[in-house]
Amino acid sequence: MTKELLVLRVNGERHTVAAEPHHTLLEVLREELQLTGTKHGCELGECGACTVLADGVPILSCLTLPVVLGSDVEITTVEGLADGGTLHPLQTAFAEEGAAQCGYCTPGMLLAAKALLDTNPRPTRDEIAQAISGNLCRCTGYTAIYEAIERAAKTAQAT
Amino acid sequence: MTDGPQLSILGRRLPKTNAWAHLTGQAKYADDIILPRMLYGRLLRSTEAHARITKLDVSRALAHPGVVAIVTGRDMPEKMGIMPSTQDETALAVDKVRYVGEAVAAVAALDEDTAFEALGLIDVEYEPLDPILSIEEALERDDVKIHEDSRRANVFKEVHLSFGDLEAGFAKAEHTRDDWFFFEGNTHAPIESHSCVANGEANGNVTLWTCTQVPHYLHRELEKVLGIPRSRIRVVATPNGGAFGGKSDPFAHEFAACLLALRTKRPVKFTLDREEVFYAHRGRHPVKMHLRTGVMKDGEITAVHFQSWLDGGAYASYGIATTYYTGALLTVTYRVPAYKFDGVRVYTNKPPCGPKRGHGTTQPRFAFEAQLDKIANDLGLDPLAYRKRILQPAHSRTINDLRITTMGLGECLDRAGERTGFSAKHGKLPDGKGIGIAGSAYISGAGLPIYWNEMPHSGATVKIDRGGGVTVYCGTAEIGQGSDNMLASVTAETLGVLPDDVHVVSGDTSLAPVDLGSYSSRVTFMAGNAVKDAAMKLRDQLATVAAEKLNVPRDRIVCALRQVYDKDDPTTALSFTDVAVLAEARYGTLSAAGWYKPPPGIGGTFKGAGVGPTPAYSYQAAVAEVTVDRATGRLTVDRIVTAHDCGRALNPANVEGQIEGAAYMGYGEAIGEEQVFRGGLHKKPSLLDYKIPTSLDTPVLEAIIVETIDAEGPYGAKEAGEGPLNPVIPAIANAVFDAIGVRFDETPITPEKILDALAKKKVRVGPTGLETGRDPKAALRRLSASTDARERKRDA
Repeated sequence: MTKELLVLRVNGERHTVAAEPHHTLLEVLREELQLTGTKHGCELGECGACTVLADGVPILSCLTLPVVLGSDVEITTVEGLADGGTLHPLQTAFAEEGAAQCGYCTPGMLLAAKALLDTNPRPTRDEIAQAISGNLCRCTGYTAIYEAIERAAKTAQAT
Repeated sequence: MTDGPQLSILGRRLPKTNAWAHLTGQAKYADDIILPRMLYGRLLRSTEAHARITKLDVSRALAHPGVVAIVTGRDMPEKMGIMPSTQDETALAVDKVRYVGEAVAAVAALDEDTAFEALGLIDVEYEPLDPILSIEEALERDDVKIHEDSRRANVFKEVHLSFGDLEAGFAKAEHTRDDWFFFEGNTHAPIESHSCVANGEANGNVTLWTCTQVPHYLHRELEKVLGIPRSRIRVVATPNGGAFGGKSDPFAHEFAACLLALRTKRPVKFTLDREEVFYAHRGRHPVKMHLRTGVMKDGEITAVHFQSWLDGGAYASYGIATTYYTGALLTVTYRVPAYKFDGVRVYTNKPPCGPKRGHGTTQPRFAFEAQLDKIANDLGLDPLAYRKRILQPAHSRTINDLRITTMGLGECLDRAGERTGFSAKHGKLPDGKGIGIAGSAYISGAGLPIYWNEMPHSGATVKIDRGGGVTVYCGTAEIGQGSDNMLASVTAETLGVLPDDVHVVSGDTSLAPVDLGSYSSRVTFMAGNAVKDAAMKLRDQLATVAAEKLNVPRDRIVCALRQVYDKDDPTTALSFTDVAVLAEARYGTLSAAGWYKPPPGIGGTFKGAGVGPTPAYSYQAAVAEVTVDRATGRLTVDRIVTAHDCGRALNPANVEGQIEGAAYMGYGEAIGEEQVFRGGLHKKPSLLDYKIPTSLDTPVLEAIIVETIDAEGPYGAKEAGEGPLNPVIPAIANAVFDAIGVRFDETPITPEKILDALAKKKVRVGPTGLETGRDPKAALRRLSASTDARERKRDA
């Protein structure tokens, strides 16, 4: 196999990377850009651990080829969630509610939650459950995650 | 210095100190480690359930461009296994394979694609042998041996224990129940698949970063298999992305990575794909159970006879402990004056079973609590009030010689009952709606280590630096349960700093004192006591110099929240940092080691008494509320309320997280998760087919913390990680009976089974068999026939 050059916009930065054309966005993010915050759990689109945002929309990076995505799409990973040194309200709320136990589903969960709050700032619990239903968590039973997303929504409204 | 109301850190809902790394993507899991010149490894896995390897030729694969090295079973023939007394595995299969998915060879290549291609170039041929796939076959087929040294058929272990006068107990009973149960096997399914990186160093040393729960035990096995001294091996447990017992055995990929790294003098990474995680397994044993309980008319238990048959899969894993655990803890919840336990674990040609959250106690607890519900029904008793009437007392000894200290089961039952209005609803809800209750218990750490020794179970070192920072070193593995935060919090509480002032170095065999690992819910109790012991030694030094400097009596010195002050006049104070400087000037470098070992006398002295004792039992009760749709068979669990006696909640938010997470996992086991096979092939080795509950499936989960402040626990704490799973499954089964009048004496309770039962007007779903005095083998043969028929029907 031969690597090919491609341009990706990730977390507001433009990167030219050399990657195998058949490698997924997940592989390119983790191995070529060393953005290892994005996790692989199944590489078959079943668990949601690899969720990133493409122009604000959650996608499964394990099922996405960067060449298909193109260079105009803005990709957001967990590393890009904080605004400089300021954590995103979701990150703070997840810490305060104990919504991350092992933390492995957390990056994908945070991005799915961000996409929800960006389009629906005051979601009901049912809407939250719906929004994260593609992100499996094996530790929490989801309760603390709901509470964290609700807390983040309140924080965002207060500010 | 009392543990009472003055606590400044513990008992508060503080964020975990390691939460920030998880929330920003900075946490380094094993697969996130990328080292220069790193090679990528893949395992060739068996396609046969039971076969002799007649040919294994790696020459074509080795010649493939980009392949750097290959190892096979012959390179590491030493027997290994987590339990020293039953080591029956090799790192990679030697001459024979015993399940589909068993590792046969390992390739290291320049990239993962090349490693994968190379697997297809390994020439391997098998001579198939008859596979043994059920408990019954394993018991009966003497002509096929999965392991040559099995004395009777394919029995791995058989144990028999008897306490008190069983005959007299049953003779006295006014009512006796005989029930059969089956608990289906299931698996942990952590979201992080197993992963490791080994680095071969120029001096012949090797470092292994791996998501293990048991770095110390792995260290020992690596020494044995690699044939190099432990002093040349360093194991670092990376943060586990979920484990639940599934990462507490030594695994093929860990040995292969180390050997390949030693041979190539390069880093080698192995990350299992999702399918491989189902083969690594070590999950919940399928167990067939027979339970005979005698009671008086008021429900008082007179005798219990429990028999279990465990399907162990192809290797021992923790199986000897699992077998004993199926019998050991039935006595710690309710008064049992006479008790007999017979357990048999067999080998089958399936991935090895091992410890999953609740290790060996989950299956018998399902059986016992379901049967108690039947007894309450038979006698016309409220299931909650009945359980409360027969409670094993606090500060007592059970008939099998287990020491009980604090015991909060009664309060757990009350609190879960009050929250749900259990007694007002039970038996009175409309058809299709039901409510069920169950109690349970678990250990706060096994009373004995896995290998016999007199040393501490947990050690910790604490040092204070000159800027007021504190570092704690402890061999514990952070598996998401919050052990790093526990170490930081107990250290901070004891020394009087904040958790964020404490750096934690855990799970590193070169840097940290030994802790036996994150299994058996032992870490908070044992490592908590170890780190408290270490910190108390430093606190004594701080208090001495502070008392002198402040000119107040030493017993009035308080260390809290970065201040050291006079209890009677908090304005007479010094900063922690200033006191640390004074103490270092007086005593030299501020460093202390502490340790913990369970006290003697917590269990019996009979053969088999090693499994069951613990310094403290946790207790819990769950109430489940369900809706069953008679038209579709759909079971909806609307709500699970779990009350848990954790001694003291060192961090209530984290304890609630454990309770809710355990309820979630128990719920999945009750309603659908199953590790099942067609022939020797796993039926569902993916997260698409092996369905773990999503947010939309999961019931409302409520956690209630019950505190009993255990005198021996660190600041009164007991375990919280495993026990809360156990009562959930029988609570759901009991609720289903309340809803539709059908007893489910087997798991999982699926819509297909519910529909079938309703259509056939069955009052019970589960194995049938054994009446007293009959040959258990005959009963098992009948059992096998009924299971097969069900299986055929489901497949059709």
